[in-house]
Amino acid sequence: MAGAAPQAMAITRALTQVLSQDRGRLMAVLVARLGSFQLAEDALQEAGLSALVHWSRSGLPASPQAWLLKVAGRKALDQLRSEGRSARREEALARLIAFETEDSGEEIPDERLRLIFTACHPALDEKSRVALTLRTVCGMTTEEIARAFLDAPTTMGQRLSRAKARIATTGIPYAVPEPDQWDERLRAVLTTIYLIFTTGYTSGATEPRDLCSEAIFLARLVASLRPGQPEIEGALALMLITDARRGSRIGPDGATVPPAEQDRSLWDRETLAEGRALLETALSRRRAGPFQVKAAISACQMADPAPDWPQIVQLYTALLTMEPTAVVRLNHAVALSETGQIAAATAILAALRGELDGFQPFHAAEAAVALLAGDRTGARAAYAAAIALTANPADRLLLSKRLEALGPEGR
Amino acid sequence: MQYMLLLYGAPDAEPLYGTPEFQEMMKGFQDFNDRVTADGVLRGGEALEGTDKAVSLKLRAGKVETMDGPYAETREHLGGYYVLDLPDIDSALRYAAMLPVATWGTIEVRPLMNYNPANL
Repeated sequence: MAGAAPQAMAITRALTQVLSQDRGRLMAVLVARLGSFQLAEDALQEAGLSALVHWSRSGLPASPQAWLLKVAGRKALDQLRSEGRSARREEALARLIAFETEDSGEEIPDERLRLIFTACHPALDEKSRVALTLRTVCGMTTEEIARAFLDAPTTMGQRLSRAKARIATTGIPYAVPEPDQWDERLRAVLTTIYLIFTTGYTSGATEPRDLCSEAIFLARLVASLRPGQPEIEGALALMLITDARRGSRIGPDGATVPPAEQDRSLWDRETLAEGRALLETALSRRRAGPFQVKAAISACQMADPAPDWPQIVQLYTALLTMEPTAVVRLNHAVALSETGQIAAATAILAALRGELDGFQPFHAAEAAVALLAGDRTGARAAYAAAIALTANPADRLLLSKRLEALGPEGR
Repeated sequence: MQYMLLLYGAPDAEPLYGTPEFQEMMKGFQDFNDRVTADGVLRGGEALEGTDKAVSLKLRAGKVETMDGPYAETREHLGGYYVLDLPDIDSALRYAAMLPVATWGTIEVRPLMNYNPANL
């Protein structure tokens, strides 16, 4: 019996790997066949348990993925047969039996685009979209997702179940949207992926599953499944360009370092070049969109040898026509102040105060602009207000350093 | 699945009777009715009188209390509804976007409750 234990461990490891790496592909096909997220997930879990038994006995099958799909289909069939008569049962049974008879090859179709569009449907709230995408497409466990969002695993589990139930009760289709709804739905998908990225970016790469890498994986996946779409390329470029400076965003003292002041030798040149090249491709298609503009802004912040502020001002002006939000106006004002247009920047900030009074970056921007205008008292007050609103320790440290650099009161 | 499209609009935002905009709105509704009838998805729909014609009722401690109008001072009121039989929420949202009220009010799209959980 020597070697049995290591073999069992190897099987468990292989299964865990397949279930995590190929989960998106497997789930995508199963949801298509079963017409239900919950049924697909339960069936895949049962297939995994069954795999442990069978694979330990007779070794890994030629295609573990195809094996899991076939067994998951049969588990679902069992489940459906045990239910009473219902429309869902009849439909799913008919579909499954059709697959059983025609399904001979080992080739697994890639249905993940449907899976992503369903998980990111605007009828789901933003956090549920994020959680469902990470769970079903990226194959993260509920525990891993909960940890990344500082939630209890049970809370995250409930959120995921509610989201799956909502897909069924609201009638969210398992389909890639039609052309008339494509733009709006794509925006929801890209926004969800970008939210995953920024969550990972601000929390730092301390988790076992890095959210920035998951987001880049998702954007690459969408780009490969639907090539030639400038906004998809733009979103991927934005994440790559931003990710290239991740290593330098926190200084040796633990404080946030703004892009303009970062140690450029720490930037990941390869990732930056890939992002820039992708942005060029996107822009050459001549269909501008907010993600492309944001990627261009990010690239300009990293221009050699210093940020290209006049260009950044123009880009924010363009972005304002697409997204006339208070936050974009704030960034526009900051860019203006960097080009010396301090009066214009001050006027914009004054108009935004009511809307952004509880928003930390507003006060940080106000402090920076006040300083440029020579108003040290105003800068001190604004930094103090910003610090009071900051929960992130690295940002807090940066702001405190800035406030300290202003010297004592009355100067 | 069946969806109810609830049409909410503020009375002061609606086009006035006799204006070209009013004509356009009426034509918009006519087009919508023709479309959902031709597509075979219409299951019902009515327009409601204004909330000034409404009577609110509640039963408290076994006693009926009534009063004019709704209590809630919402700016947008329910002005009418449609029930459509459609494959999914995306098609429901597509029809909702065709309604004239969508341009000045809000269309709330809600699935009708399915009392047989096995059919979910």
